[in-house]
Amino acid sequence: MLERGEIANSWRRERWDSLRLLTPNWQCGLPGVPYKGPDPDGYMTTAEVVELIDRFATRARVRVRTGTNVTSVRRTDDGYQLTTSDGEIRSRTVVIASGACNHPTVPGLAQAVPAEVEQLTPLGYRSPAQLPEGGVLVVGASATGVQLAAELRRSGRPVTLSVGEHVRLPRTYRGRDVLWWMDASGVWDQRYDELDDLRRARQLPSPQLVGTPERATLDLNALAAIGVELVGRCAAVRDGRALFSGGLRNVCSLADLKMRRLLGVFDEWARAEGLDAEVDPPERGAPTDVARSPRLQLDLRSGEIRSIVWATGFRPDYRWLDVPVIDPKGRLRHDGGVVDSPGLYALGLPVLRRRKSTFIHGIEDDAREVIHHLTGSLAAERSAYASPSTARA
Amino acid sequence: MTTIDNGVNVQALLDAREVLEGAPEAAQFTWRASSKWTTGVHSTTTIQNYFGLGEEQSHKTETAFDADHPEIFAAEDNGITPIEYLLVGLASCLTAGVASVAQNRGIQLRSVESTVEGNHDIRGMLGVDSDVRNGFNDIKVTFTIDADASKDEIEALVAQSQKRSAVFDAISNPTEVAVAVA
Repeated sequence: MLERGEIANSWRRERWDSLRLLTPNWQCGLPGVPYKGPDPDGYMTTAEVVELIDRFATRARVRVRTGTNVTSVRRTDDGYQLTTSDGEIRSRTVVIASGACNHPTVPGLAQAVPAEVEQLTPLGYRSPAQLPEGGVLVVGASATGVQLAAELRRSGRPVTLSVGEHVRLPRTYRGRDVLWWMDASGVWDQRYDELDDLRRARQLPSPQLVGTPERATLDLNALAAIGVELVGRCAAVRDGRALFSGGLRNVCSLADLKMRRLLGVFDEWARAEGLDAEVDPPERGAPTDVARSPRLQLDLRSGEIRSIVWATGFRPDYRWLDVPVIDPKGRLRHDGGVVDSPGLYALGLPVLRRRKSTFIHGIEDDAREVIHHLTGSLAAERSAYASPSTARA
Repeated sequence: MTTIDNGVNVQALLDAREVLEGAPEAAQFTWRASSKWTTGVHSTTTIQNYFGLGEEQSHKTETAFDADHPEIFAAEDNGITPIEYLLVGLASCLTAGVASVAQNRGIQLRSVESTVEGNHDIRGMLGVDSDVRNGFNDIKVTFTIDADASKDEIEALVAQSQKRSAVFDAISNPTEVAVAVA
């Protein structure tokens, strides 16, 4: 097992200070390391996640070669040749587990932002103190964007949040964590080969959730209530002005409708399972309240906005992968983690095999199936080699 | 399940989506209009040809659109005002979207009606107040839809139609516009 830094490296170095997991503690077990702490309904801090992964590494007795950066993986006749910062390695099979969030995705329009406005991405962000005093424009309203917008607003800064398509969820529903519903109702276990539109499922933005001791909902209504100004998707920066889409109302309607549909699925499941008496009555919450006339532009030279946080998503880094398995959009071509090159596998990508694939507890089922395929193909190769060569002559 | 029919060939659209995914160059279209001044603020714009799927294409017939301004603008009212053509485009695009999405989702439509209102402070274009923009302040579209579907399903049709609407996007997002003299 090769690790460019330390065990749990990205959790140690690429997360902001206040971050907690979105999944409740009871859901965050790894094989052989279930959560046994005092707060099953709480959410782990990054330090606690590091500790969990450390504990798992020890328990699994995996040899992890830390400080070993892979700079190239090439196909050979019978496997792969890896070039690393610690020498060459040959391997019959390779499992790519480098994640989907190696680089922040920043739209090209960022280049037109006037120089006096400071810009940063979530990978560089640690805490509000890092940003200049004054207004902040947060672009992107998925989990990262809403969390940073709330934190920056609470630091006393005026915050404008640019909102495109997003996934709205309440933190708790009918008295239970919404991720309990995702898990229990089977939504999270939906398999990649059974989904109507796998591509869309894999591109789904992360839900507007935050893990706090209060189990608070952090949707757009909650942000508006603490004074965050909502504007549409950032469509262009022209002559020093950020221009926002006039379609904010519709992206909010889409998110409200999809949330209600999902809650309807939960309700149906609860009824079918006879759980209605155990949980609170169904509720729908208020529709997203969009201001009558959201602003369509912001003058970035006026001094109103001093910094921009691009919470516009992440992308994987495959520059080291010298095997032609990347599609034109920079995504790995794979079927449930079985990459389009013999002996090459992937784990930990969005909806790899199930909707829960990128959550901590979601890796176990995926890993079993992918490794089953891997060992199966190795065994098949072995028996092919073992058979007399004359048979093929 | 009974077969629903809104008159939209969704299969053709889905097939086109699949084909164009592997042939992005064929997806490059250019829509064209040719306009000619008549007199006053009256002009006639005709549309027939466009480019798409890698070659010149043509509508079955040429269509002419007269644009003028109403008499209260001291004009002859030989046609609707240019900004009203935006309403025509938006209403027809969203309606087409509703029908297509409904067909794709297996929802039978019985009637789809909409009104589009563009609120416009004309002081901008008259140069009365430079703080007032020339175009619409805002646009409001109201759909009345009769279909075999729940309220949420109907709202989802309208939301999805906006999400995929060319005209909604062209109006609600900035577009680079280059005007030159030949």
